[in-house]
Amino acid sequence: MCATCGCGPESHHHHGHDHHHASGKKIVEVEKDILHENNLLAQRNRGFFEGRNILALNLVSSPGSGKTSLLERTLTDMKGELSFAVIEGDQQTTNDADRIHATGTKVTQINTGKGCHLDAHMVLHAVQGMKLEADSVLFIENVGNLVCPAMFDLGEQERVVVISVTEGEDKPLKYPDMFHSSTLCIINKIDLLPYVRFDVEKAKQYARQVNPSLEIIELSCTSGEGMQLWYEWLKSKVLQPA
Amino acid sequence: MHELSIVMSIVQIASKEANRNGASIVDEIELDIGVLSGVEMDSFDFAWQQGVKDSVLHQAIRHVNRVPGKGRCLDCATEFPMQQLYDACPACNSQLVDILSGRELSVKTLLVPDTAS
Repeated sequence: MCATCGCGPESHHHHGHDHHHASGKKIVEVEKDILHENNLLAQRNRGFFEGRNILALNLVSSPGSGKTSLLERTLTDMKGELSFAVIEGDQQTTNDADRIHATGTKVTQINTGKGCHLDAHMVLHAVQGMKLEADSVLFIENVGNLVCPAMFDLGEQERVVVISVTEGEDKPLKYPDMFHSSTLCIINKIDLLPYVRFDVEKAKQYARQVNPSLEIIELSCTSGEGMQLWYEWLKSKVLQPA
Repeated sequence: MHELSIVMSIVQIASKEANRNGASIVDEIELDIGVLSGVEMDSFDFAWQQGVKDSVLHQAIRHVNRVPGKGRCLDCATEFPMQQLYDACPACNSQLVDILSGRELSVKTLLVPDTAS
């Protein structure tokens, strides 16, 4: 799979019941999950994170919902309380990594080029170059896209989906896969609620319709309202014994 | 357009399996793609045309089993067909649903020239 590190898992398992056809053809029983390779690498990442007690969070959202701003504020406010590192995923530029770097946090930028999502292989390589501290929090900011990243396990412990009140409240119904696979939903930019037609209760109802066990936190990283709930959520996840 | 990644993963699996069976080409491939798997078939068809070029699958006939969605209500145990991930139980309207099928995404079989015969 990967020529530079040989990280492609070669888990061969023969089924031993291939059927031979009279026509000089044979049927090979494959029975393999299409995302098998990604899922194996994701489990490898997960094992690494667990072994070092690193809380890895996969942040997903549409472009412009405020993922990077949320991280900037979090990294600044929580400095000294928890130790952090960040992986930034974007198609192009190091703009987001530069913003994170300015907070004094260890950061790696992944540019996916034309790719619309991060996968476990990209994260594995990013992590190899990072010398992550034990007992820390790793934010993985996925490419802004509410569709494609849903399918790709990166090895994270929790998936956090961010929506903002400048979007439609029916996002959870339009993009159910992402909300279905997330454990926490952050509704961002609530300081703008007086100026936009966004029904918070409806958004929460839609989100829970897709995923009844989804936790929801409303906040604004501009005004700071609700940020404390997010910090408490983070700390509760870190304190859990590995 | 994660469908291209999906196609490339299929190409990778097919190449490996074909190679293991001494085949340089795949005549037919059978896939399970559930209706709740998150794959858009139009995008998938488009990605397929591009993705299989110069691969063992370049002229393979594709058979796709669109596995229907099926859920079981965790409150009243009713089993019912699902079109969306968020379909509620038709009997008691509960959202707590265990998805029984429809999320499949796998390569089932390949048909390859039999080099042993």
